[in-house]
Amino acid sequence: MNAFVSVLGMDKKGIIKEVSSILSDTSINILDINQSIVQGYFTMVMFVDLSDMTIELTLLKKALNEIADKLQLKIKVQHEDIFNAMHKI
Amino acid sequence: MSQFNNILETIKMIDKEKLDIRTITMGISLLDCCDKDGEVAREKIYKKITTYAKDLVQVGESIEEKYGIPIINKRISVTPISIIAQSSDDSDYVAFAQTLDKAAKTVGVNFIGGFSALVQRGYTKGDKILIDSIPEALATTERVCASVNVGSTKAGINMDAIKDLGHIIKQTALNTKDQNSIGCAKLVVFSNAVEDNPFMAGAFHGVTGPECVIHVGISGPGVVKVALEKVKDAPIDVVSDTIKKTAFKITRVGQLVATEASEQLGVPFGIIDLSLAPTPAVGDSVARILEEIGLEHCGCHGTTATLALLNDAVKKGGIMASSHVGGLSGAFVPVSEDEGMIAAVEAGALSIDKLEAMTCVCSVGLDMIAVPGDTPASTISAIIADEAAIGVINNKTTGVRIIPVVGKKLGDSVEFGGLLGRAPIMKVNSFSSESFINRGGRMPAPVHSFKN
Repeated sequence: MNAFVSVLGMDKKGIIKEVSSILSDTSINILDINQSIVQGYFTMVMFVDLSDMTIELTLLKKALNEIADKLQLKIKVQHEDIFNAMHKI
Repeated sequence: MSQFNNILETIKMIDKEKLDIRTITMGISLLDCCDKDGEVAREKIYKKITTYAKDLVQVGESIEEKYGIPIINKRISVTPISIIAQSSDDSDYVAFAQTLDKAAKTVGVNFIGGFSALVQRGYTKGDKILIDSIPEALATTERVCASVNVGSTKAGINMDAIKDLGHIIKQTALNTKDQNSIGCAKLVVFSNAVEDNPFMAGAFHGVTGPECVIHVGISGPGVVKVALEKVKDAPIDVVSDTIKKTAFKITRVGQLVATEASEQLGVPFGIIDLSLAPTPAVGDSVARILEEIGLEHCGCHGTTATLALLNDAVKKGGIMASSHVGGLSGAFVPVSEDEGMIAAVEAGALSIDKLEAMTCVCSVGLDMIAVPGDTPASTISAIIADEAAIGVINNKTTGVRIIPVVGKKLGDSVEFGGLLGRAPIMKVNSFSSESFINRGGRMPAPVHSFKN
């Protein structure tokens, strides 16, 4: 399954490192990344492949949420189909 | 990543604009649960519901997890109990309601609908027993919802039932007076009731439905409101188009969830109900959409027109996004469940009379309206009769969910809590309809030619 990991919050050092470390540790492949900063607001969307993931989805979300709390971010993991359904005919 | 902005738009809809799936409702047929012995029938009902729906809540939660979209309610609708229970020799059906309540608690759903009777052409033995059981059934259960269909375009209106239901609603209010007469919030009186409605309190599983089915009710008034904020002062055509596009996106998510739930549960998909269902939370209001279109307050002149536009555009946008549309599809206007409606009543802008006009063009009827506790039963019956007439003549579903709150009067307010919200007590017309209601009888089906 492919999913989007979205990370939103005030910009600070080390966000990409922290998030990508967890993905790497759990054998999740990053297929694409788009990141921008608007008025100090950090926005990143990663397109990832979860097919070799070595962790349950709920536990992955929990691990990411711990980082989110630490760095005061919002991190979501959502199956790609919700975006395809909404924005593609 | 070409989808970058689309992804952010979806996340914003969910996080900031309160986009959610309002309900996954499993319809279960109980037609094979009839028995001469009421106790045996209830055992069959309990077993069937707890078998079919055992994974419903867990599947709902796993879909929430996978797509990151909240699914607020998981619910069950069943075959109208009057049809099932009347094979038994029981003289009241409260125990059937209690069985439904127990089954709902076992599988973890927050409401179960179908303590219902369809009486538009008259009462059977079981219909009368069920209606008489409603006050005690709703007072002694927590999650059971009741509904009675009193009229249809083909059959006309059962005025005897309407007369009885005025008293039943008053008695239900009295039986639950310690909880602000909340029993009445779990009872809808319909005309032209639909058999595939996933929303409570009026959901039941029609006898023409399959053994088991999954319906999904969407929501998202906040998303529509925010979309309209971007087209301020544009002509009304642009408003209509904007609502259509937004409804399309919301409905596609509903279809995705419905398809997934249907697959995971191994149960056929029924319909998507394209309803804008408000909640008492700020930013989740249908009234505020109408105000965004240009009304100072919901309820002022122009409200019926803007609601008609909204209701129609929601359907037009949603229909293409779903393979099967049904239920009550449109915009709901439940007063206590909509922060903007509550504010409009408190500001003196919105009256029962205006709400009645709004129900001519919205998807249901007079919904979650609290009135003084001393409102006569005949006045409540007459309110139901007016709504039934609107439904029957205009070939649409209408419903009445009215709460004569014991001990409360005009100027008071009542807190129901949760999704049921808070209701200011509304003024009813103080002149009597008693002689009209006392006539009883059956109003003939209307002619559908000579339309004027």
